Amino acid sequence: MKKKDEKLEILNINYSEYKTRLTKKYRMRKPYKPDDKTRLLSFIPGTINEIFVKEGDKVKKGEEVLVLEAMKMKNRIKSPTNGRVIKVNAKVNDRVPKGMVLIEFDPGK
Amino acid sequence: MPIDQKIRELQERRKKILLGGGEKAIQKQKAMGKGTARERIMILLDEGSFSEYDMFVEHEARDFDMDKKSLPSDGVIIGTGTIEGAPIAIFAQDFTVAGGSLGLMHSRKITKIMDHALKMRIPLIGINDSGGARIQEGVNSLAGYGEIFFRNTLSSGVIPQISVILGPCAGGAVYSPALTDFVFVVQNISKMFITGPEVIKTVLGEEISMEDLGGAKVHSEITGNAHFYAETEDECFAKIKELVSYIPWNNERKARNMEPAEPSQECNIENIVPTDPTLPYDVKDVIRSVTDKSEFFEIQRHWARNMVIGFGRINGATVGFVANQPLELAGVLDVDSSDKAARFIRYCDAFNIPIITLVDLPGYLPGIDQEHAGVIRHGAKVLYAYSEASVPKITVILRKAYGGGYIAMGSRHLRADFVFAWPGAEIAVMGPEGAANIIFRKEIMASDDPDATRKAKVEEYKTKFANPYVAAAKGYVDAVIEPCETRRLLIHAIEVSGNKAVSLPRKKHGIPPF
Repeated sequence: MKKKDEKLEILNINYSEYKTRLTKKYRMRKPYKPDDKTRLLSFIPGTINEIFVKEGDKVKKGEEVLVLEAMKMKNRIKSPTNGRVIKVNAKVNDRVPKGMVLIEFDPGK
Repeated sequence: MPIDQKIRELQERRKKILLGGGEKAIQKQKAMGKGTARERIMILLDEGSFSEYDMFVEHEARDFDMDKKSLPSDGVIIGTGTIEGAPIAIFAQDFTVAGGSLGLMHSRKITKIMDHALKMRIPLIGINDSGGARIQEGVNSLAGYGEIFFRNTLSSGVIPQISVILGPCAGGAVYSPALTDFVFVVQNISKMFITGPEVIKTVLGEEISMEDLGGAKVHSEITGNAHFYAETEDECFAKIKELVSYIPWNNERKARNMEPAEPSQECNIENIVPTDPTLPYDVKDVIRSVTDKSEFFEIQRHWARNMVIGFGRINGATVGFVANQPLELAGVLDVDSSDKAARFIRYCDAFNIPIITLVDLPGYLPGIDQEHAGVIRHGAKVLYAYSEASVPKITVILRKAYGGGYIAMGSRHLRADFVFAWPGAEIAVMGPEGAANIIFRKEIMASDDPDATRKAKVEEYKTKFANPYVAAAKGYVDAVIEPCETRRLLIHAIEVSGNKAVSLPRKKHGIPPF
């Protein structure tokens, strides 16, 4: 685990630039993405049990749109926004990973 | 029956038990680079010092055909011995017997030796090598683990507790090492995780190998669960012996003093730290310029490398070092480095080890990911740990000490006993560039030549504030010293603070930002 040859880079801390090594964790930090209310992402890997909406449906914020089964719980997932369903990217019985876009909405009335 | 026949019977019984799980199981262990439980104990402890207890303990389980199974020593070896003369209580799980799984009697043996260690006030070493709970014994296994964790907690800060992960340590079992003071891991042999890869795959559909999930490297570099990494079991045991030489047997003693010795490098301590505050250097070079024989026993070397912690000796006495590492991430404080420093400060405080803090940091690491990861909560741990520590605290400000970083790294305000600063120290509310941008923003914006004004203001701030004399004028720094004087002053500081006695306001305990 010798890391003697890691090159020095510039790290800006409060307007001063420091010559130093950057850590792997620092390089791999997740870039910030603000919450996108027009897309519903799976919060956990699991299986789609039921889908209550189809493309074109009008939904209200907080309305239940699908059931995602994970860790022995049937999670009833709510719509993040008012609007219309543009796209449904999963079918019943699909196994989905974490962070997959399940439903896309058009928030405009 | 005459006595020699009785003795022969005893020897026969012993021989049977010593075979453990049998030749085949032993060969499997060896093929993986692992020793047997008793072999490991013999290598670690002083020769001939080991006294084994509960060799003939048998389980009493009856469900699931357990009554037909005979498990030698119920899969764990316990006893006492010495390491370089220091008394040690030890247990080592025997993977060759039922996979080292923990059942009721197995756990009773472990809690027996844990109780013994606490009663006798001697260090406890646990060699973990187990497949986990013995499913056949059901809730008894869970009860067993619970009793172990409780004792780990009660003994925490009273006797040193060391965990050596020389095999799988999964599920609930892994919480015992997590509660102990130091965890040793060995490449390709240690495996620690709460839920294994098979379950993760089935339940969550995520695929990962055992090594990538919870191997030695993962815990040494990423999670910070491990404190010492070794490539082989022998290297691991050598490290354990070294650690034991630095720490006291219990919290009412001081660590054993060795022969005082000079640092092996010449005093070119002045050439290590560049005067330009943006250039890096290895702070371990500074540490080695002041310790006996230039020896430094680093802890958690591969994790949160922007903070350096470890033991050294000053004139024969063990001291703990907490130092920013400008070579990594500019030596900033962040979530991981705060945790690393805070826990080590608590350890030194619990075991009467003076703390020497070397300061050179530009502050905390800015960033959304840090803020959302709770750098506030984690950073506060360092402030808490320093404030509550009642061992002698000596701080040497090598170079930068800006803003919150200055406060957190053992400042006078957190009741450091001695605060020294090198001539190149810059103790200021922030770096000159940052200060110019904020304090003089209006002037810079209103100027005809903002760049020239900014440059001038940066220079002005640098000259006026980026030095140790402003803080020294207020008594926040006790003395500005030449780097060459550092070791002499550290020796003196430790000499005069041997009987330090402070008392905290009476309370059951504080509520640190866990």
